[in-house]
This record gives sequence, C-alpha cells and structure tokens, in this order.
Amino acid sequence: MTTAPLWRVASVVSARAAGSHGRVIELQVDGWPGNLAGQHVDVRLTAEDGYQAVRSYSLASSGPGEVLELGVDEVDDGEVSPYLVEDVRPGDQMEIRGPIGGYFVWTPEQTEPVQLIAGGSGIVPLIAMAKVHAATGSAAPMRMLYSVRSAADAFYADELVRLSGPHLTIDWAYTRSIPVGFARPAGRVDAATIASATVPPARDPSVYVCGPTGFVEAVADFLVAEGHSPDRIRTERFGGT
Amino acid sequence: MSVVSRGFGARRRDSDERLPPGQYLADDFPVLSAGPTPRVDTDTWEFVIVGLDGIRHTWSWEQLHALPVETITTDIHCVTRWSKLGTHWRGVSVENLLEQVGQEGAFAEVFSYGGYTTNVSRADLMRGKAWVAFEFGGEPLAPEHGGPARLLIPHLYFWKSAKWVHGLNLREHDAPGFWEQNGYNMHGDPWKEERYW
Repeated sequence: MTTAPLWRVASVVSARAAGSHGRVIELQVDGWPGNLAGQHVDVRLTAEDGYQAVRSYSLASSGPGEVLELGVDEVDDGEVSPYLVEDVRPGDQMEIRGPIGGYFVWTPEQTEPVQLIAGGSGIVPLIAMAKVHAATGSAAPMRMLYSVRSAADAFYADELVRLSGPHLTIDWAYTRSIPVGFARPAGRVDAATIASATVPPARDPSVYVCGPTGFVEAVADFLVAEGHSPDRIRTERFGGT
Repeated sequence: MSVVSRGFGARRRDSDERLPPGQYLADDFPVLSAGPTPRVDTDTWEFVIVGLDGIRHTWSWEQLHALPVETITTDIHCVTRWSKLGTHWRGVSVENLLEQVGQEGAFAEVFSYGGYTTNVSRADLMRGKAWVAFEFGGEPLAPEHGGPARLLIPHLYFWKSAKWVHGLNLREHDAPGFWEQNGYNMHGDPWKEERYW
C-alpha cells in the first residue's frame, strides 16, 4: 500500500457554461501526475473560517498535462456544485487530490470496439475517452449514444460534432424535446434504442455507461437483455445528492 | 494550511457529530456499482463459506432464515462521501455463520453473484459487527441495493458491504478485492478516512 498523495492547489483558468445548468471548468494544477480517461478527482473547498467540503468529480481531460477539466452539473439544494457552477471565476483557488479509480477507464492500448453511453452530465468521463481516442488516432471503432433532455442540455455539443467521424459515430436521444427534423421521437432510451443505436453484442464491445442512477440501471438492464455479457459493461452512477 | 476558495461556504450544511470526516448527509440512498445489477433468484440462492481446508459450508435461503435474525439500526458511510444515519436492517450475524465453520483463517475474500469481490479481516466480521442482510427499511432488499442479500459491515466504508453476496473464501493472508485492486483502501475505516491507496 502506498501513501495517499497530498492535496494540490488548483487555480481556475477558465469557466464556461455547459448545458442548461452546468459548467466546464479548467484548472491549472502544478505537479499533476497525469491521469487516464475516465478517472476522477476529489475537490476540496475551504471557506474563510476554515469550514471545508469535499466532493468527487469526473475529469473530462486525460494525459500528462497540468490543466485539468471538470464538467459540473448544478444539483438542486447542493452545497458544492452551485458554488462551482455559479460563483467560481478565473483566478479562484481550490484543492485537488487524485487521480482516483482504475476501473472505469479507457486506454489507447485497447483495440476492441467501444460503446459509450451517457445520460446528461454523465458525458464527462466519456468525452475524456473520446478525446484521447481521437488524439491518439486509435483505430478501435468507437460509438457513443448521448441521452439529453433537449439539445440545449447537452454538454460538449460543439466538441462532439468535431469529434464525430470515421472512427467515432455519435447517436443522440432526446428525452423531452427533439430538434427540428430529428427522426427519433422524444423519449427515454429503451430496448429499441439500444438495439438500433449501439454496437451489437456480436462484436463484443467494451461498454461504458455513465449518468444518473436510474438511467444507468435501466440502460445496463437493456444491454444485458440485448445479449451483452455483464462483465463487458462498466458503469458509473451519480447519486441523488 | 489549505487555500481559501473565495466566497465558498454560503450554502454549507449543518454538521453532525455522527458524520465521519469528509462525509455529508444523504436523504436518499445512492447506488454505487461497477456494472449491471445481477438478478438472483432466492430459490437457487446460497451462502457459502469455504474454509482453509477447502470444505464448502452452504446455507440455502430457507436455512439462513431459520437462524436467529437480528434487527440492526446503524449509520452507513459510502466512500463517495454520502452517509445515511439510523438506517434499519434485518439479517443474520456473520459471526454466527463463521462459528459453524471454525476458527481458521484470519482473512476472508467476500465474493458476490456477478463477480464482485472485496477483502475483510475476520476481526471485522466478528463480535456483532457484520451481517448477511436481506431487509432494508422494513422491505426486502431491492436488487440495485444488493438484494436478495448483501453483506452489512457498517463500521467500514460501504463498498466492503458487498452487494449480491454469495459467500466467503477464508484465507490465511489478506489480498485485495475488486475496488481494492482499483485504488481503494485495504481496510476502509471511515473514521480514519481510509478511502484510497
């Protein structure tokens, strides 16, 4: 067993709106050891009077750089996410510890087909995988299914358009309202969506599912029913708080 | 000395001395799992303890329920930082099962339907600190929370309370389970913040 790494000071480089109530925040972290796509960090905030709160957030960035990217969705009645989404501005400081987690990761050494399935802000660790997949020129076929309430709720909409191409197919599912001319009616991802818009079990893909608990539970059940082996499906769930 | 985050702290929550360091109160019951939720039929369910001698001791669903069932009220703490206070469970003491197998083996690999594993010491399973639990809040334990039965070891972070528990492999030496191989602590005491590494 090794010693837990120390907390590192993180300075906000930029913060921009994402989706309808979220934000993408870039942090400069001197001495960051680098991280794999899909890993997360602990974020520690300290008030003037010494009060502290810590939460875990997935990283949208990966690799050896010292600039990390968090994607944060504001949770109603939350304590930390409203601060990060509404209050934080460039130059502000916080602390970061990590990277954490060795299971929900994708590395460029993987050559098998990959299916990514995101609900809402669950896109954050998956966009890290899609970005490193593109940056390394990986030939592993990668497909993404992204479920959002409406087009305005999507995180990384522009980046996803840029990333889509011969090696990354992106399918959208809108649960509340569809863009003009979109074929699939508004509605939750169901068995038919999984059958028509994901890599079939016959190709034995690695599947990564991330989103709110209800979404992940439902999607994972559909995937197993469709014929995917449970041990090929990796999940990451967001709790209610 | 920590850096101060400008303007942070306006929405802080009430502290509670029952909360270990770095935890916050959850009103709901969040789910943490690495994969799909297995569906396990109680007709074929069994709990197994494999002794150091390789002998399998098994209990069917009916046999487990024929043992003394205890009611447990306890706080639970997830490594992802939520805690719930005063949760109600019913289950059978692991100590009761271990005593029927013997005293050999200072450690156990806990294994679950679906392939999950975690490691605990015998000491953490004894003296009324661990149960095979099958009821939560007066209801049968739901599949997403580990039903039909999960381990309940509330004095450790909740990933040690293996969902869909199938049994214990007793061992002479400690060896990391699933999350322990993926960056989590070998022991997991929430009061010492034994979260990672």
